[in-house]
Amino acid sequence: MGVERRGAAIEIAQLRKVYGNGADAVVALDDIDLRVAPGEFLCIVGPSGCGKSTLLRILAGLDRQSSGRLDIQAAGWAVSNAMVFQDSGLFPWMSVEKNVGFGLFTRGVPAAEHAARVEAALKLVGLTRFRHHYPHQLSGGMRQRGAIARAFVTDPAMLLMDEPFAALDAQNRAILQAELVRLWEETGKTVVYITHSIEEALLLGDRTVVMTAHPGRIKEIIDVPFAHPRNLMALSASAEFGRLKLDIWRLLEDEVNRARAELEQ
Amino acid sequence: MAESSAKWRERLLYLISPIGLLLVWQILVELGFGDRRFIPTPSDIALRFWQLSVSGELATNTLATLWRVFAGFVIGVVPAIAVGLVMAMFRPVRIFFDPLIAALFPIPKVALMPLLLLAFGFGDASKIALVAIGVFFPVIVNTYAGAANIEKIYWDVSRNYGASLWVMFSRIVFFGALPMIFAGLRIAVAVAFIVLVAAEFVSTKVGIGYMIWNSWELLQVDSMFVGIVVIGLLGLVASALLAELEHKVVPWKSDAN
Repeated sequence: MGVERRGAAIEIAQLRKVYGNGADAVVALDDIDLRVAPGEFLCIVGPSGCGKSTLLRILAGLDRQSSGRLDIQAAGWAVSNAMVFQDSGLFPWMSVEKNVGFGLFTRGVPAAEHAARVEAALKLVGLTRFRHHYPHQLSGGMRQRGAIARAFVTDPAMLLMDEPFAALDAQNRAILQAELVRLWEETGKTVVYITHSIEEALLLGDRTVVMTAHPGRIKEIIDVPFAHPRNLMALSASAEFGRLKLDIWRLLEDEVNRARAELEQ
Repeated sequence: MAESSAKWRERLLYLISPIGLLLVWQILVELGFGDRRFIPTPSDIALRFWQLSVSGELATNTLATLWRVFAGFVIGVVPAIAVGLVMAMFRPVRIFFDPLIAALFPIPKVALMPLLLLAFGFGDASKIALVAIGVFFPVIVNTYAGAANIEKIYWDVSRNYGASLWVMFSRIVFFGALPMIFAGLRIAVAVAFIVLVAAEFVSTKVGIGYMIWNSWELLQVDSMFVGIVVIGLLGLVASALLAELEHKVVPWKSDAN
């Protein structure tokens, strides 16, 4: 069974991001060339400080590149992107329902449609019973579900996810990963997913971008050959999965060691 | 069961210190420590309280004071919150207001009373203006601090999800600052009573402050104490109402405590 792919196409050429200027300038991203096809699930792994979050913020329009070209083709989509953050970012002063509907509220979606879409999104992530709860009354996993619902409900051309499950315990992470893959298989949207876990990148994505640190560059892009629908548990136990994981670890190992050596100097 | 009896014990403990203090006071004065003309007993004060209540004098004075506090509070707090939030959203606004606040905040507000009498006369307006000025500063400073310390992720989310400036102001910055706004309001309640009673000492013929000062001049010490007790009670009730409101409006903070 194939996934019907749609969503934004992304083209990045010679993109560079520098923070500060003069002698204090820090190059966060350098020489980034990347094309993402509509409906692709792209994962980006790299050591901390490789600028992967910066890249995502630039894609989200929360930050601007210093130079280079970024072209997002999202014609026909009302909402270009929606981001899911590591720390859910649900507003503590809004109920789950209000949080999930936030992106519809800001865009003035009519009340009846708003209610129907929020209803569907809550159902999708299993939070219907908790719609009137406030975030502080939910577990970390449920909060993250709320954040995912808030992103999906806007029907964005691409989903930008910044280590959304990094703060969860292993079991919750596994459950939410499976749910995310299911959601993606149903919607076929473009996803750019940042993670520091090789395993997660292989489980979820079509391709994995491996980045280097200081400055953040693309070291290699690896095709992930696993077919959909995926059974994540079975997949993670397969021999090919293990082999790919080792390949990527070897690529990253140098980078991690280099980054550590730089820190210890 | 054990839990509720522990709760009752706490409530009892809460009442023991004020009641005990009154008892000791009563006994010491009855035993002849101090001159009863200048230091009335709690029972003398209670009797006077009753007499002033029946005559309607107490109600008149209390209502006058309450009206001034309420009007001044609203007039001072609303712009303080609005300007505090805008300061946090727009740097130029903050830079514009910062020196004004830094210079005016430390001025004892009671020192402005003669000026306000010149401007607004001896009626309610001058007292209301003083309360408004008094509450403005603690509220604006707390509102700004609360709004400026809203976590970055909430700004990011609202920008990423297409929030207009008005939505950011009314749904994000305001609510994000609410816990600190309430901290400011608690201070403001106390400040309101402090400056108002001082103003009522000299510039009016009605109000609890006037009652306290006038009783002192007439050496009616028991009436003076009644005034002091009433101010304390009003402050207590105002704080309790504010705490109740906070619990309703800021559930994500007060539930955690």
